[in-house]
Amino acid sequence: MHIKTTRPMGRTIHSALAALGAAALILATGACSSEIEADPAASESAASEIAITAPWSRETAEGQDAGGAFMTIANSGAGGDRLIGGSTPAAREVQVHTVDMTDGVMRMRQLTDGLEIPAGGTVTLKPGSYHIMLMGLAQPLTQGETVPLTLTFEKAGAVEVELAVQPVGSQASMGDASDGDDG
Amino acid sequence: MADPFPELEEEQTPEERAAGQKTFHKVVWVLVAIFAGIGLLALFGPDRPSAPDQPTNYGDTVGGAFSLTAPDGSTVTDQTLKGKPFAIFFGFTRCPDVCPTTLAKMARLRQQLGEDGDRFEIVFVSVDPGYDSPEDVGRYVDLFGTPIIGLTGSDEDIAKVTKAYHAYYEKVPVEGGDYTIDHTAAVYLMDREGKLQSIIDYQEGPEASLAKLERLVG
Repeated sequence: MHIKTTRPMGRTIHSALAALGAAALILATGACSSEIEADPAASESAASEIAITAPWSRETAEGQDAGGAFMTIANSGAGGDRLIGGSTPAAREVQVHTVDMTDGVMRMRQLTDGLEIPAGGTVTLKPGSYHIMLMGLAQPLTQGETVPLTLTFEKAGAVEVELAVQPVGSQASMGDASDGDDG
Repeated sequence: MADPFPELEEEQTPEERAAGQKTFHKVVWVLVAIFAGIGLLALFGPDRPSAPDQPTNYGDTVGGAFSLTAPDGSTVTDQTLKGKPFAIFFGFTRCPDVCPTTLAKMARLRQQLGEDGDRFEIVFVSVDPGYDSPEDVGRYVDLFGTPIIGLTGSDEDIAKVTKAYHAYYEKVPVEGGDYTIDHTAAVYLMDREGKLQSIIDYQEGPEASLAKLERLVG
């Protein structure tokens, strides 16, 4: 980068700062962001076909206000779909979350735009990854019981599942190979 | 370098070509300004708490004085724990995944150590006093089928203990007015003097963790 030395340094810095300020403003207003449409048009109009297997959750203690729910969601339809939320008598609020682990820090994030279930694809909600967050539990989840959960998909609408409540140390559905019982 | 405006190739007058180059230079300058802006924001932007490096870099500075409340209302301090090694983990009871996974793993490892498993304490500190009363923390740690010292405290108490351990935590809002908490997912292994001996990383295998615990109680 070449700076003309005939120009007073102060003015150069001043205009450089002005450019930086403008850049910061552009960044702050998000004028540089662009929405990329990922869904092919064909998938837009086609119906989805949602099937959910091995839905489970962990037992919770009294006074524990939230729990996670996990499952495998398959879409055998020609159209993509999105899991956008749900409801259950067992909790005040049902949200779709994901976990990110960077530099030893656990960060949980709500997927406010939902979770994409691509046409012909399978998405697994599992520990350390996507999960359903049950917030504001009405009562503790007890090992061995089942909890009704209605999931809401953008296209498929309401899909009902029964969560199997497993021991707190579970890492997978007892239906799968589980490393899970802490006894 | 490829011409950034190949469409300008078609029947350009020299003036048009010069104009094209000027536009290109402007674009480059704008990009330079934006990246410089990002750098400047990162350096001098609003103070955002950043996640610490792996706490192992801090060595002897990890640990130290703290005072927290046990489920029965009693006070537990660093001095209370002195004389016995302990494994300490920071989390919150509404944590849907990492906390139960970690505490269950610690419980399993303790079982694998057999009698040696009684030679260290497992300590869980809730960094969410807004939701977790000391009693809540007590009921939560009871789920894991092994004695775990469950602690929490006032916001100031939590700020002090997390600072002492270089543990990161931050409230993050979610829809509906609620929040979740980002936090360090490592388990700190402290010797009987309360000094850091090693760290169990969330993503490491059980064999590595077991070897560290064997060294801790050895």
